[in-house]
Amino acid sequence: MSEALIKDYGSPGRKGYSLPELDVVEKNPAESLPEGMIREEAAKLPEVSEVDVVRHYTSLSNMNYGVDSGIYPLGSCTMKYNPKINEDIARTPNLTNIHPQQKEKYVQGSLEILYELKEYLAEISGMDEVSLQPASGSHGEYVGLMIIRKYFEKKGETRTKVIVPDSAHGTNPASATMAGYNVVEIASNERGMVDLESLKAEVDEDTAALMLTNPNTLGIFEKDICEIQKIIHDAGGLLYYDGANMNAVLGYVRPGDMEFDVIHYNLHKTFSTPHGGGGPGSGPVAVKERLAPFIPAPVLKKEGEKYYWDNDRPDSLGRVHAFYGNYGVMLRAYAYIRTAGAKGLKEITENAVLNANYMKHKLKDTYELPFASDSLHEFVLSGSRQKKEGISTVNIAKRLLDYKQYAPTIYFPLIVKEAIMVEPTETENLQSLDRFIETMKVISQEIEEEPELVRDAPHNTVVRKLDEAKAARNPDLRW
Amino acid sequence: MRYISNTPAEQEKMLQEIGADKVSDLFQAIPENIKFDRSFNIPAALSELELKELIKDKAEKNLDLSEFDSYLGAGSYDHYIPAIIDHLIIRSEFYTAYTPYQAELSQGTLQAIYEYQSMICELTGMGISNASLLDGASALGEAVIMAGRHSRKEKIIMPETVHPAYREVAQTYGKPHGLKFVETSLKGSSSNYKEIKEELDGNTAAVVFQYPNFFGTVEDLAEIARMLENHKKAVFIVVANPMALGLLTPPGEFGADIVVGEGQPLGNPVNYGGPNLGFMAIRDDRRLLRQLPGRLVGKTEDIEGNTGYVMTMQTREQHIRREKATSNICTNEALNALMAAIYLATMGKKGVEEVANQCYQKTRYLKEKLAEIDDVTVVNGDNHFNEFWLKIETADKSLEEIETKMCQQGILAGVNLAELTDQQGLLVSVTEKKTREELDKYARKLEVLLNE
Repeated sequence: MSEALIKDYGSPGRKGYSLPELDVVEKNPAESLPEGMIREEAAKLPEVSEVDVVRHYTSLSNMNYGVDSGIYPLGSCTMKYNPKINEDIARTPNLTNIHPQQKEKYVQGSLEILYELKEYLAEISGMDEVSLQPASGSHGEYVGLMIIRKYFEKKGETRTKVIVPDSAHGTNPASATMAGYNVVEIASNERGMVDLESLKAEVDEDTAALMLTNPNTLGIFEKDICEIQKIIHDAGGLLYYDGANMNAVLGYVRPGDMEFDVIHYNLHKTFSTPHGGGGPGSGPVAVKERLAPFIPAPVLKKEGEKYYWDNDRPDSLGRVHAFYGNYGVMLRAYAYIRTAGAKGLKEITENAVLNANYMKHKLKDTYELPFASDSLHEFVLSGSRQKKEGISTVNIAKRLLDYKQYAPTIYFPLIVKEAIMVEPTETENLQSLDRFIETMKVISQEIEEEPELVRDAPHNTVVRKLDEAKAARNPDLRW
Repeated sequence: MRYISNTPAEQEKMLQEIGADKVSDLFQAIPENIKFDRSFNIPAALSELELKELIKDKAEKNLDLSEFDSYLGAGSYDHYIPAIIDHLIIRSEFYTAYTPYQAELSQGTLQAIYEYQSMICELTGMGISNASLLDGASALGEAVIMAGRHSRKEKIIMPETVHPAYREVAQTYGKPHGLKFVETSLKGSSSNYKEIKEELDGNTAAVVFQYPNFFGTVEDLAEIARMLENHKKAVFIVVANPMALGLLTPPGEFGADIVVGEGQPLGNPVNYGGPNLGFMAIRDDRRLLRQLPGRLVGKTEDIEGNTGYVMTMQTREQHIRREKATSNICTNEALNALMAAIYLATMGKKGVEEVANQCYQKTRYLKEKLAEIDDVTVVNGDNHFNEFWLKIETADKSLEEIETKMCQQGILAGVNLAELTDQQGLLVSVTEKKTREELDKYARKLEVLLNE
């Protein structure tokens, strides 16, 4: 089954839109604009009917798979169910039909929601001030590091180095580069945690920050966090918390109480906002009091009963977005937090951790578990046993698609060979977990009995295995 | 928590399988001294009904655009949005999907992005488009860093006619990379070309132009292109309003190297400024392509020779190259790009042209009406697309007072430039949604008000 390109539905002169007749006198723009500025040939956009458009995109949607289709166990991505009521809320006319240049007095309802969201995010992380401006997780990382940069500039210190464990998300080192830092990578120890000796060896007066995900990308809680924070802070550095894995610790431990100085959230992970096939996300940043002057301007404030944007922020790192960030995503996250309530947030974490541990327990005999340490909301297996049979992790992932289940994150973290990183989230029920476990076992059996079945997978998807090398060698990036 | 489906009995069964007594045993790795020992200071859970009521109460504290005739623009534009867009993006196979890591189960998202990339190229006259960036301003930030890397030079010439927030974001992004920003002055509502020419030198990494510019004027890109002929290393960056490209010559025809902008005008609601989508398109050039930030979707074949789509050229990206990546961007604005694509497909060749023309004509109509009023000047003269800079000079009324009084008549008269720039006046934006009756009302009310 394949679907033609939208332009191929076209027929010259066919239209899919209607507009009111122009009701003012039409004049020739060429008379008033500089010479040569009027487009001579219309952009070659499709000429299709409304029905053509609807059928085309409906057909494309049928070639896709979302959380609503079934389990989506991508490790570190927290693909939980996206509540439908939150979609309705994010389409409430008088919450959404507002313009970013409207004066604050007309949008007090929205600002009240955003302000309360800020308060909740501060409370959940144990931090003091929050910026909602970053539009994604890596945007949040970048902002966090720029806050750190501004902090040291203000202190008159030049620090050039950001330390990142080798298990970190790729965005961590990339964000550090974007913020103008040199990246130093440190190795993990045999327990899958930060190696304290390696850390000590790297930390010095040049160290601006350590970026840490806790629990880390193996799902393992960095038990030595108290020692780690002391090593960094004693050297005058700051501690950055990558909040990608916040779903593992809600109500159990707060980054602020672990002495982290800056944290970013991913509202599209922990707080259930839909990922949209690759965005929009939202990456609010929360900081301790001493870093508050440096967060992006403007900052949402409250005076008496009035909410306003504070632009008078002389030490701010500046803006990172034209307006206030991904407002529509914030509305959904707000609704989610109010639905969960204080108690519900803790239950979310408990069930996410229980689901992951159950799966790990059931799968660890079939697939190698390279790190035996306790893990929380996700765990990492290795396909190295199956690799010996000539089957790679990517083949296992593709075979899962034949069973109409999305594959886990693969080949990440980089410290595990043939990595299979599984995060079921709390919204999967026992039957769904059992089905995934069973499928993984069946695939392992297939590898022994009928390896070509797995090697040539997928068989039942709309396209078979795609040639990525060809796509990169001869890029065809447009029609 | 109603989105957890396991019952206490099931949870108990799972604990037994694991060999744990209670759930809290699973958190033993967290040191006791840092464990959170109270409950969150967050209100108790709400049912769906209560949540709806709460949101309704808060929403009623807003006065949204339906209460006014709005002439606000300045980077966010209230265009007509065909009903089918929301009906299609609410299909949950689209909006509840992740980044298309498993291509074979994500062909819908991937093909839609390929089509988006194609249509952005058609509109801008460029060779290659990425899959979207976070918003227009951050797209400019990425573009100046890219220009610095590509040219190995430091100076970014950026006239005051570029949106002030975009300039601020570009500087935030560029400064840690050693880029030096030179902001050239205004000449009327245009850039001062003579000053730009003087600033152009061997150390110039990029020249940035907004098209039409922040004040609504259509800059003479041909003139800039001529200036750049003697400075081949300098990267020509154009920040374009994609809707204007229905009417205006695409930047690609003036030799632009990078075109970025805010895609919101294409089928995305104003939504208090987000989520929006940044677009970025470049010349069809291998060297530039290797420096491009963000995801790209390419067409390929499966093992049976069927057409399919994959994310490609990923060695530029953070998950492969880590600290050496062209950008840190991971999540982009895929769903907003899908909305833009559906918009471009629905409006199509004729519709985009017609919307752009209506914007121009209605803006011109209002502008000419207002220019007839005493004490009112239009700085742009006749040169504009969908926005113009209005100066009102009366001794007895402040601009704030005029804004407030217009507002009491149900008119948001424009963006007060003093709130965003060092300039005085209103930035007035007109889209195809306005009727002649509304435009006449604006002119009439302003005239009456100024004669009071």
